[in-house]
Amino acid sequence: MAETAAPATSYEKNLSLRVSPAAQLRADFETGSVRGVVELSEIAFLTMVGLRVNRSSDAGQRVASVTGGLPATCGSVSGTRDTSVLWLGPEEFLVVAPREAHESLGGELIQALRGALGDGAGQVVDLSANRTTFELTGPRARAVLEKGCSLDLHPRSLLAGTALSTEIGNIPVVLWKTGEETFRLFPRASFADFLGRWLLDAMREYASPEVP
Amino acid sequence: MLLISCPNCGSRDETEFHYGGQAHVPYPENPNELNDRQWAEFLFYRDNTKGAFAERWLHSTGCRQWFNMLRDTVTYEIQAVYPMGSPRPEAAGKVTAETGTASLAPDSTTTGTAAPSTTGTSISGTSNTPASTTAPEGATK
Repeated sequence: MAETAAPATSYEKNLSLRVSPAAQLRADFETGSVRGVVELSEIAFLTMVGLRVNRSSDAGQRVASVTGGLPATCGSVSGTRDTSVLWLGPEEFLVVAPREAHESLGGELIQALRGALGDGAGQVVDLSANRTTFELTGPRARAVLEKGCSLDLHPRSLLAGTALSTEIGNIPVVLWKTGEETFRLFPRASFADFLGRWLLDAMREYASPEVP
Repeated sequence: MLLISCPNCGSRDETEFHYGGQAHVPYPENPNELNDRQWAEFLFYRDNTKGAFAERWLHSTGCRQWFNMLRDTVTYEIQAVYPMGSPRPEAAGKVTAETGTASLAPDSTTTGTAAPSTTGTSISGTSNTPASTTAPEGATK
């Protein structure tokens, strides 16, 4: 509010003033992580784009050529190296890309998607501020998530590379298993503080030695 | 707790879904020609079936798509899951061709038999002490 009186703030300074939804928990994530057992961190400001398009339409195929394919079934993820497309619904997808892909940092992903959609039926919406990203990694990551998730997270059922929209700790999140022991969670910004503290609480028992 | 087979996402917990009320309630062709009673009956009057009941569900935290479900209101057995806009399947028939959810049967039978009996025993069987301990916990949340 007060800064509006000072026109000296540059574009870059505005970017540096950004505060991620779980920034206040950064120190807690450091101390709450148990090295080599389960570690939690926030990956701030990833570029996310909400896509709504019919895969089989012309516009869908044009968009797919930009993203490197659109996933066909629940849980599947497609995309090229650092740009991933997560399946959210039959005609709804979430594009996740590094923060440099955002137009505020010179990226061209969103413009390319808009151009590919053209006047076809669908939408391309910049949702980078909608969700934040938590990364939970370590041998105990699955045990932490199982405290508040009704999905079967066993590796025989949930393979690495699967992304599912579900609830964790009663919070609607997109859960993406990026590696054998690595999960990415996408909670909405307003739920980030709660989910961060919930995860820290769920991780706390693994800091003490296991009771046989 | 029901285990509901979403046509898009497979078996998921009941907490991920929202109930949409009775299915197959058509919007009146000429709403202006209805009198107040008929309009009120369209808006508010729904069947209160004992037995197989066709209802709408929304997978709100998953694929966010609506679908229809044929559920027994007594045993909670899910008899069929079928897409919006398709007619109600036979009450006796299990799963119609267009659903394509083959894994429906084991889910519905396990939850269907377990759910009513456990709720019945937990309410009547437990004494006052567990109920009094749960009440303040819910109040603090």
